[in-house]
Amino acid sequence: MSFFTKHKIVETNATLLLALSLGVVTIGGIVEIVPLFYLENTIEDVEGIRPYTPLELTGRDIYIREGCYLCHSQMIRPLRDEVERYGPYSLAAESQYDHPFQWGSKRTGPDLARVGGRYSDEWHVNHLTDPRSVVPVSIMPTYGFMSDKVIDGKYVADLVQTHKYVGVPYTDEMVAKAQADFAAQADPDADTDGLFERYGDNVNVRNFDGQPELTEMDALVAYLQVLGTMVDFSTFEPDASR
Amino acid sequence: MSKQDQNKNNEPPTTGHEWDGIREYDNPLPRWWLWTFYATIVWAIGFTIAYPAWPMLKGATPGLLGYSSRADVADDIQSFVDANAQVDTRLASVELSAISDDPELKNYALNGGKAVFATWCAQCHGAGANGIKAGSGFPNLIDDDWLWGGKIEDIHATISNGIRDEANDDTRYSEMPKFGEFLEPGEIGQLVQFVRLLSNQDNDATKAAAGKELFAENCSACHGDTGKGDRDQGAPDLTDAIWLYGGDSETLTATITNARFGVMPAWAGRLSESQIRQVATYVHDQGGGE
Repeated sequence: MSFFTKHKIVETNATLLLALSLGVVTIGGIVEIVPLFYLENTIEDVEGIRPYTPLELTGRDIYIREGCYLCHSQMIRPLRDEVERYGPYSLAAESQYDHPFQWGSKRTGPDLARVGGRYSDEWHVNHLTDPRSVVPVSIMPTYGFMSDKVIDGKYVADLVQTHKYVGVPYTDEMVAKAQADFAAQADPDADTDGLFERYGDNVNVRNFDGQPELTEMDALVAYLQVLGTMVDFSTFEPDASR
Repeated sequence: MSKQDQNKNNEPPTTGHEWDGIREYDNPLPRWWLWTFYATIVWAIGFTIAYPAWPMLKGATPGLLGYSSRADVADDIQSFVDANAQVDTRLASVELSAISDDPELKNYALNGGKAVFATWCAQCHGAGANGIKAGSGFPNLIDDDWLWGGKIEDIHATISNGIRDEANDDTRYSEMPKFGEFLEPGEIGQLVQFVRLLSNQDNDATKAAAGKELFAENCSACHGDTGKGDRDQGAPDLTDAIWLYGGDSETLTATITNARFGVMPAWAGRLSESQIRQVATYVHDQGGGE
């Protein structure tokens, strides 16, 4: 049993123990994580998924800043009750441009993965300003201050650039035109040809909060209204092995 | 292993380790624990053979049972679709007006519609379909006042295609101009008083009289000469006491100046035809149906 005798050397030598532990954890990590990067069925490509527009990306930052993920998940699990309540189960591809993803782990409020298009903009503004005005039993805090916070997208190009660094396929043109696209999406009278050309025809262009100024409320509602709407589930064929 | 001490007085042997005079008995593991432990290892191996587990070069091993969470949920949903298939097909194909004459269909539609309403509609229209509260801008569905009509066919069309839903080509659409853009504030004030006269509320008689002509020029095309509204255009009746946003002077001024633009999503596509018919029947049955 000379192997077990050697074990005493490891047990009594802290540095060696640490080095060998690291080795074991590394092997375990490689076996568990590396296949996720090359296996075909973990990197499903789904038609319709596009990077967020600058305004939506700003709204997403506000969503993270306000900690919405602490009470709302964005992950519909493949279970019948969830599918019937929220809509088709979430696909991995739907959060492929989320850095970090917003799956969440706590549902104090409902799941938001498919909240886009489910309510009118006006409902969202009412609900964020005074949740009790539309859902009498809600315990959500009020976020009316967002309507007063005018934003101009001064740094939105940097935000888009940052997401480009971590792998979201924004083009140089998207980065360069970020501020213009940012403003155009919340203004129905603006020239939106460039915005549609860069992000597709399904981008919602509206005055989301109903006020003349572009505020944080516009950005957040724009983000909420795009959630879960990119994939057309009337034509999507799920592959059972994925 | 380290040399074990000889046991004295029938004590079990020790492991030979010693820390500050403290020694450790070398008792064997309880047999039940050890065998349970071996059993879990065998179970784990069997599990990785039965279910998807090991990553290979092209994909993970599929497992002998062929389990897939996606197929599982699809089967689960399909089993309920199949169970209701007969009644769903019948509900989706009969004349809308015939649903309430068929006790089986009506019972199914009312109960199913109640669940659909609670899941998809109650957030705006309120759990009791009463529009949450007066003046919220979300229509009360149990009063007898309808913007686009209260027959089951009208309700069905509204649910299917929504109101001012950009993504739906058949959506119901009406757009009142923002009169603030071409009337003076004074003129709007006169109109407000005339609308209050129409609805039998306190009003300034002189302003209301002046507003009458403005109403005929600007408003009657949609709201009608008498202010009774026009359901073909979704123009509300201004003579009753039911207000979507409010009938006080302040709210009326805001409504005329900036117009209102309530939006309801289209539900065709999100809900099945049968579900839309269920919830239409439910809403129609709530007391306001015509």
